[in-house]
Amino acid sequence: MPSIHFEGREFPVQVGETVLDCLLRNGIEISHSCKAGSCQSCLVKGSDGPIPEFAQKGLKDTLRAQGYFLACSCQLKADLTVTRAGSEARVEALISGVDRLNDTVLQVRLKPGVPLAYFAGQYVSVFREDGLARAYSLASLPDEQELALHVRMIPGGAMSGWLSSVAPGTKVWLQGPAGNCFYARSTADEPILLAGAGTGLAPLYGIVRDALRQGHTGDIWLFHGALTPSGLYLTHELSELARTHPNFHYVRSVRAGSDDRNGSGGIEVRELDQCILSRFPSLKGWKGYVCGDPALVNSLRKKLFLAGMASKAIYTDAFVPTAA
Amino acid sequence: MPSATVLTTHEPALYEKLGGEAAVDAAVDVFYRKVLSDDRISAFFDGVDMDRQAAKQKAFLTMAFGGPHNYTGADMRRGHQHLVARGLNDTHFDVVVELLGKSLAELGVAPELIAQVAGIAESTRNDVLNR
Repeated sequence: MPSIHFEGREFPVQVGETVLDCLLRNGIEISHSCKAGSCQSCLVKGSDGPIPEFAQKGLKDTLRAQGYFLACSCQLKADLTVTRAGSEARVEALISGVDRLNDTVLQVRLKPGVPLAYFAGQYVSVFREDGLARAYSLASLPDEQELALHVRMIPGGAMSGWLSSVAPGTKVWLQGPAGNCFYARSTADEPILLAGAGTGLAPLYGIVRDALRQGHTGDIWLFHGALTPSGLYLTHELSELARTHPNFHYVRSVRAGSDDRNGSGGIEVRELDQCILSRFPSLKGWKGYVCGDPALVNSLRKKLFLAGMASKAIYTDAFVPTAA
Repeated sequence: MPSATVLTTHEPALYEKLGGEAAVDAAVDVFYRKVLSDDRISAFFDGVDMDRQAAKQKAFLTMAFGGPHNYTGADMRRGHQHLVARGLNDTHFDVVVELLGKSLAELGVAPELIAQVAGIAESTRNDVLNR
């Protein structure tokens, strides 16, 4: 079997083992989170050997060209020298503030040391000084001063727990952006549908505002789902956006609570897919964005496709949870 | 037929007659939508990753259209082994061929070309069903 050469040591990989698992098995601390090739937290650099193409999937061309790859997605066929991601892959940022959007969602505001070029709706990986890393979607717009992330507070969650009480001014590192879930205009008048549950709203909030700001004239429908009304957030901002933009429509879907679809609340007590498909049984010619929990994303994307949306017109971002 | 036949026998001009890659792209969504919504076979597609599945459908259609591909009988066997274990049989295979024909007819492909495509698809039957 081939070996990994890392910081002067040699680690033979076992059959079927990824570079990440091999390094972790040998007691090396490497940042990682989803272990599924999605969050990009385990970015490392390879040299003196071939880098499997699959391990570079989704990386920016500039990173690929420098030999960067995802350790969790890499099974070696030949020896490779591996080094930790250097400063060229990450930028420093200061946490400028943390706000509560509801009982379980925090908004973390960040100021990067150098401006970050990104599209609203893409995601970044946030690294704490000790290497703890998680990926979060950007809810801000590129021309805004601060980056905004929506963080769901997970009981016992290492990163979300830390962020809930972090002091403003604390330094973190950002890697990215990544992801293809952003406003890419084909025509200004095509209808757009955005759907997400929980913090799946974060990228959608960025995409909606980006589309409106770029003068999208077609209808834009945002469907935000939560278990109960208390799980919804940014409702005031989104209602206001709907009031000032006649082509923007905002629908809230909850599983339990009181139905208020005709009142000022605009809340519907039924599943997200029913809110969508009862209005639009045919989605031919639409563009779609679906974000949030992987099971929801997978099932909703299939339903939109079956309702006539072209597979290439559906952009998704599944929030793959941190692997144990 | 030996089990690991390389599927390269096809009418060379078929792929061009059908319209090449653009035709495959046009057919993928129509075909895949039919497959996913047909109650006789949709259960086999529950929980699959749509990105990967769509890529596989494209590869399959390219092959059935007589286009450039590197599918082997062994790939076909491996790729369907878990489905055969779940009960995939001739009836399901027939449904797929039927839906493929319907998709092409909907896209205005001539009956004699549809028959050729069905013939190529048919040649994979034993490998798909792991016989």
